[in-house]
Amino acid sequence: MISLSHFLIVSALLFSTGMYAVLAKKNAILVLVGIELMINAAVLNLVAFGRYDGTFYGGQTFALFAIVLAAAAVAVALAIILNVYKHYKSINPDDINDLKD
Amino acid sequence: MNINLLLFYVLAFTAVGSAILIVSMKNLVRSLFLFFVTLFAVAGLYVFALADFVAVTQVIVYVGGVLVLMLFAFMLSNKVLLNDLQSGFKGVFSIPSWQAGMVSLALFTVLLTVVWQVATNQPQWITDAKEKQLLIQHHDNTIHHLGINLMTRFILPFEVVSIFLMMALMGAAHLARKEKRLQ
Repeated sequence: MISLSHFLIVSALLFSTGMYAVLAKKNAILVLVGIELMINAAVLNLVAFGRYDGTFYGGQTFALFAIVLAAAAVAVALAIILNVYKHYKSINPDDINDLKD
Repeated sequence: MNINLLLFYVLAFTAVGSAILIVSMKNLVRSLFLFFVTLFAVAGLYVFALADFVAVTQVIVYVGGVLVLMLFAFMLSNKVLLNDLQSGFKGVFSIPSWQAGMVSLALFTVLLTVVWQVATNQPQWITDAKEKQLLIQHHDNTIHHLGINLMTRFILPFEVVSIFLMMALMGAAHLARKEKRLQ
């Protein structure tokens, strides 16, 4: 049985990698990939802690919910990125700097 | 070394290594395909946490749905979206932005201290579960228990999430629709 801290360290590494992608990338799709990496790290934590809940399976259930929410987030975010591209002709987050059109 | 732990290390190394490659690649298409590798490796890690159903859902939803959606989104859209701002530096690795690196390193140290605290003095409910043998075991039928719990104890979050998913997908379809020409 693999100990809890193994999972936690892997998910910490994944989370900070995703954080780097969100902060540093100059392409909105890669920022989205970074967010997905962070969500995956969070789900890994949920699942690793959920192993200690053998009666209600709370961790695994909410891991499923988190995956569903991530799928919804990707669908909406890609639609927004396409609209932003239509408007600004660029998907670099640095170029998107006014609130109203 | 036990084979279980060895496999875990291989999967963890694959996941973290491909994640780091994703953020350091210059080419967008390559990093998106590398994201496949990360997602598969993370699904394997879920299996090691005895969450086989979550792992299968990860493969179906992420690899089958989300990633194909992402690939479609930029392959169907304009060509400029494909050129990942490739001016200047030509190479596999881009010049790292050091501010973002500092922030994520700081976050990593914070997370490591939290992990260390959890490892040194475990939360009460975990020690309780270990004493009372409430852990999920290898021979447990995870899908059976998950289904029963989804339909009884977690029925409200389940319904809320399903309505939310429907709303989000309708909103996405509305946002991505082609606008009608004015005039």
